[in-house]
Amino acid sequence: MLSYLLAIAIITLIYLLLSFGLSLQYGSVGLINFGHVGFFAIGAYTSALLALSGVPLFASFCAAAIAAGLAAWPIGLISLRLRDDYFAIVTLGFSETVRIIIVSEKWLTNGVQGVPGIPRLFSSLPVGLAAQLATAGLLLAVCVGAALVMWRIIKSPFGRVIQAIRDNEDALKALGKDPARFKIQVLMLSAALAGIAGAFYAHYITFIIPEQFVPLVTFYVWMAIIIGGVGRISGAIVGTVLLMVFLEGSRFMRDFIPGVSEVEMASLRIGVIGLLLILFTLYRPQGLMGDYTKR
Amino acid sequence: MTFAAVDICKAFDGFEVLKNVSISMPLDGLVGLIGPNGAGKSTLFSVISGFMPPSSGHVAFNGASMDGMSASTRARAGMVRTFQVPKEFSHLSVRENLMAAAPGQAGENLTSLFLRPGLVHRQEKALRKRADEAISFLRLDRVAETSAGLLSGGQKKLLELGRALMVEPKLILLDEPFAGVNPVLIGEIMERIRELNGRGIGFFIIEHDLDALTRLVSRLYVMDQGAILAEGEPATVLADKAVRDAYLGGDA
Repeated sequence: MLSYLLAIAIITLIYLLLSFGLSLQYGSVGLINFGHVGFFAIGAYTSALLALSGVPLFASFCAAAIAAGLAAWPIGLISLRLRDDYFAIVTLGFSETVRIIIVSEKWLTNGVQGVPGIPRLFSSLPVGLAAQLATAGLLLAVCVGAALVMWRIIKSPFGRVIQAIRDNEDALKALGKDPARFKIQVLMLSAALAGIAGAFYAHYITFIIPEQFVPLVTFYVWMAIIIGGVGRISGAIVGTVLLMVFLEGSRFMRDFIPGVSEVEMASLRIGVIGLLLILFTLYRPQGLMGDYTKR
Repeated sequence: MTFAAVDICKAFDGFEVLKNVSISMPLDGLVGLIGPNGAGKSTLFSVISGFMPPSSGHVAFNGASMDGMSASTRARAGMVRTFQVPKEFSHLSVRENLMAAAPGQAGENLTSLFLRPGLVHRQEKALRKRADEAISFLRLDRVAETSAGLLSGGQKKLLELGRALMVEPKLILLDEPFAGVNPVLIGEIMERIRELNGRGIGFFIIEHDLDALTRLVSRLYVMDQGAILAEGEPATVLADKAVRDAYLGGDA
């Protein structure tokens, strides 16, 4: 049981890193990124492949962050010329392109068969509780670090400018500042976080296939930050935890709802989340942790 | 040192909005531009400030060509504009609006934000002081902590002027600073503009409120149907027959 809870905790913390990045992008700069999973995939494959070729894990994790961050740079350059909804579509296309490249470049990624046998974190510890605990602890430390970095950024002059961008880009240009530079940096920073999340994922699951990096992952993260409240660290945390508890917890709900098959339960789960999203956007667009005095 | 727009033309789908418009003024001048709705005044502003490329023509500022430069580059060169409909940063407070406008902040660079926290802290302190000076200069003290989105129309005009000041500009382009502003506040804004002009900051002002504008500026341009109709001292220009026909409806 403890092992199961730890597994949920680890996945939740991985999703939290994804939520932080997306929340920073949307909540502050107003970027609608539907391709977050693409950076997650780049991080996962970069670290996995490097580790399998003998690179130490610390270096492969750093490489994952850098690769994902760099991948965001051209996306930023191209997409920042586009308005919100176009940017959303371009990023969605980007993440699908990443997945299709992973499927087709078999020499590198082993295609749909995936990459097996990825080294675990803390491989010196025996498989089981101790290694899981250590992984969860490290992830928690990384999440706390990421939250501190984000907090520092939001409260800084940089944060002031990115909030100004969300409010009015033209006004900022008229004052001599270049919104593109700030947007690209935010995009690269959150992509790097997603890359680190990907590396943790790869080395925890130890087996990655392209199917794990479908757009649904991005939309789970979106759901989490909408429910929790965009642009707030607390919102990302609450939303992610609630979503994961619900996704996992609803597996057991079938025991209490008679006459529902496993497949039907999966659909029911998505249905309930969809309903929640609609209710939230209608009645509480600022999310659970949002400012209660606004809107 | 001067500001000059030379032979500016701008056409949208073949429709000429600006026809060979030329304007020039010293950088410490106080110059107005009037004209009926649709004369092309705001389009001219957009072209001058780099928000819209001209079909042809040149803009020179402080001895340098501004052709092909982005809006933000032009602003950094010292030519800052405001907008007809105020574009405040609505979720930021008035003070934060002003602070966000200041150039050269180390804290806007992620590297120095994390590696030089001391410098960032000192700059923020100094910047806050500067912002508060601008706030009391513009008499916005009572709303310093208020979200800019909640200000009245006139206060937003003042805020835009304040933000422009934070950039330490040589020339401010004001787009209808008196539109929708109550008469008392208009007097207030005019007073501030005169005071700033006395400190050497130039103003180029589009305005509908003819009365206020002629009392303020030392030189006036009149635009009609995309072209400059007249220019000169306000009194002379307003006595011009063509101007009276175009702008004042002939018998005004």
